[in-house]
Amino acid sequence: MERPLTHNIKPRAEPLWLAEYEKAGGYESVRKALRTMTPEEVQKLVTESTLRGRGGAGFPTGKKWSFVPMGADAPRPKYLVVNADEMEPGTFKDRLLLEGDPHQMIESMIVSAYAIQADVGYIFLRMEYGIAAARLRKAIKEARAKGYLGRNLLGSDFSFEIYLHTSAGRYICGEETALLNALEGKRAIPRAKPPFPQVVGLWGKPTIVQNVETLCNIPHIITHGVEWYRRLSRGKDGGTKIYGVSGNVKRPGAWELPMGTSIRELLEEHAGGMKDGFAFRGLLPGGASTAMLVEEHLDLPMDFESIPQGGSRMGTGTMIVLDDHTCPVGFAQNLEHFFAQESCGWCTPCWEGLSWTERILQSLEDGQGRMDEIDVLTMHTKLLAPGRTFCALAPGAMDPLQSLLKYCRADFERHIHEKRCPWRDEPNGADGARTWPVSSSMIVPTR
Amino acid sequence: MSSLRSHDRELITQHSALITMLSDVERAEIEEELLHYPDKQAGCVEALKVVQRHRGWVSDESLKSVAALLGMTSEELDSVATFYNLIFRKPVGRHVIFLCDSISCWVCGYDIMRKGLQNRLGISMGETTPDGRFTLLPIVCLGACDRAPTMMVDDDLHEDLTTEKVDRVLEQYP
Repeated sequence: MERPLTHNIKPRAEPLWLAEYEKAGGYESVRKALRTMTPEEVQKLVTESTLRGRGGAGFPTGKKWSFVPMGADAPRPKYLVVNADEMEPGTFKDRLLLEGDPHQMIESMIVSAYAIQADVGYIFLRMEYGIAAARLRKAIKEARAKGYLGRNLLGSDFSFEIYLHTSAGRYICGEETALLNALEGKRAIPRAKPPFPQVVGLWGKPTIVQNVETLCNIPHIITHGVEWYRRLSRGKDGGTKIYGVSGNVKRPGAWELPMGTSIRELLEEHAGGMKDGFAFRGLLPGGASTAMLVEEHLDLPMDFESIPQGGSRMGTGTMIVLDDHTCPVGFAQNLEHFFAQESCGWCTPCWEGLSWTERILQSLEDGQGRMDEIDVLTMHTKLLAPGRTFCALAPGAMDPLQSLLKYCRADFERHIHEKRCPWRDEPNGADGARTWPVSSSMIVPTR
Repeated sequence: MSSLRSHDRELITQHSALITMLSDVERAEIEEELLHYPDKQAGCVEALKVVQRHRGWVSDESLKSVAALLGMTSEELDSVATFYNLIFRKPVGRHVIFLCDSISCWVCGYDIMRKGLQNRLGISMGETTPDGRFTLLPIVCLGACDRAPTMMVDDDLHEDLTTEKVDRVLEQYP
């Protein structure tokens, strides 16, 4: 099985630096594109590859690029921005690519920048990814010294420069227009669309903002061709996908597998099934902002077309498992706490709605909830639906909530009837942490 | 007219005095970052982080100095600084513990780690130990969910935490 994105990556090892990376076939796509292809031909290949955005939304990459003004009259400079602000809870795939193969990131940027004729590239990296920052800096330096960056790359008339920007927190920076404001040194609140960044982006210039994993596909498409790329997949969308599983499973991890690998195969074969003593209740297929799926959905292929059949989205493709020792109300409370905290505060439905959602869930979890509050939560899932808020943060927060209310309603009601969290003696119930199977010699009771 | 000019001169003097409050090293590091952007404001987060690296946090005085250097008003810069959870506008301890409280870590034992840390350090989330050694803060998903629970201490990621491991990790940060 081919693993183009991760074939250079060895766990816990130094990445390939320039000489080794070139020996492994690195920068071949740059030579091929700059010497034998027009930018339009590169774009056409990407469109035909059926590559879709791996940051969560799944937008076709070729189509996204097609909106960038091309030709002599196009406004300059044009920008390519890598969204390396991976902060979706439960998502740990871009870190792997950035730390494991920094030159692949640089190569991906050069060849993509050539396709849209971008002049400058920024890598927008979250501050916590310090190892990635150091490795990217070194890779940029090596690439510049070798003539892969700078003026007239490989003797062509194409010039391109890359800068690393390290941010300072806040999930909203991953929203592409908020990210542009952040890069400009402003508060990271989203911008109104249209105009879309492809036309009016960074400093008002045409800009493509693209997720790390998405871009890392491009060199392989250019080097090996569309036929090869589409055959990597088991479904309609081409390529491989870096899937991940976290939670109380035997072998949590991330694996590059054919796009369209089933949830069951990921969960049972790759993650080894549930840990002994834990039973499966559900999973968020692609990060905190995706709706929960349950047993009946396990045979769905993990791809952009299939997961919506279960009422969810593939999102980032890194799934979070809910087990029977974990309180579903506490689970929902943790998710909504995150979204309420990370709301940028720009639009009222989001910051008001999410903080009330969090508070209601907390009171339910504490055994102080009322039946009509379940209706208030349900109402919020409608009031914060797509189209009612400025950006996708609040609708993303409502997806897991409405699914938990649907599949775990009896658990919500039990909290109300029993006036307590039925999991409270479990680690993930209200005021729990008494029976967790790790040694707790350090914990001194305070009361 | 002349009084206006003298007022201007006074402002310019204040302005340069503010900038010279930054060390040569800090200014050089900030100037280096500014080369990456077509305007100075775009470098403001990196500039604040330079100051924070050298001084531990961003005081009002530091903020005014950075604003003067970048040609921003201090209010404008503070509106950006306070947006970010990793720009510290209050002093922190010698070491900052960032405990991940997002969903995968929460499922895998966050609460035990939190209680353990709080009891061990005698402080709550958001507080600093009386000896100034540690500040304890929550942080969102650290992107290492397959090795939950996780935390960062300063720039270092620590994974697969148990209460014993947390104990050993803390000893590495005097």
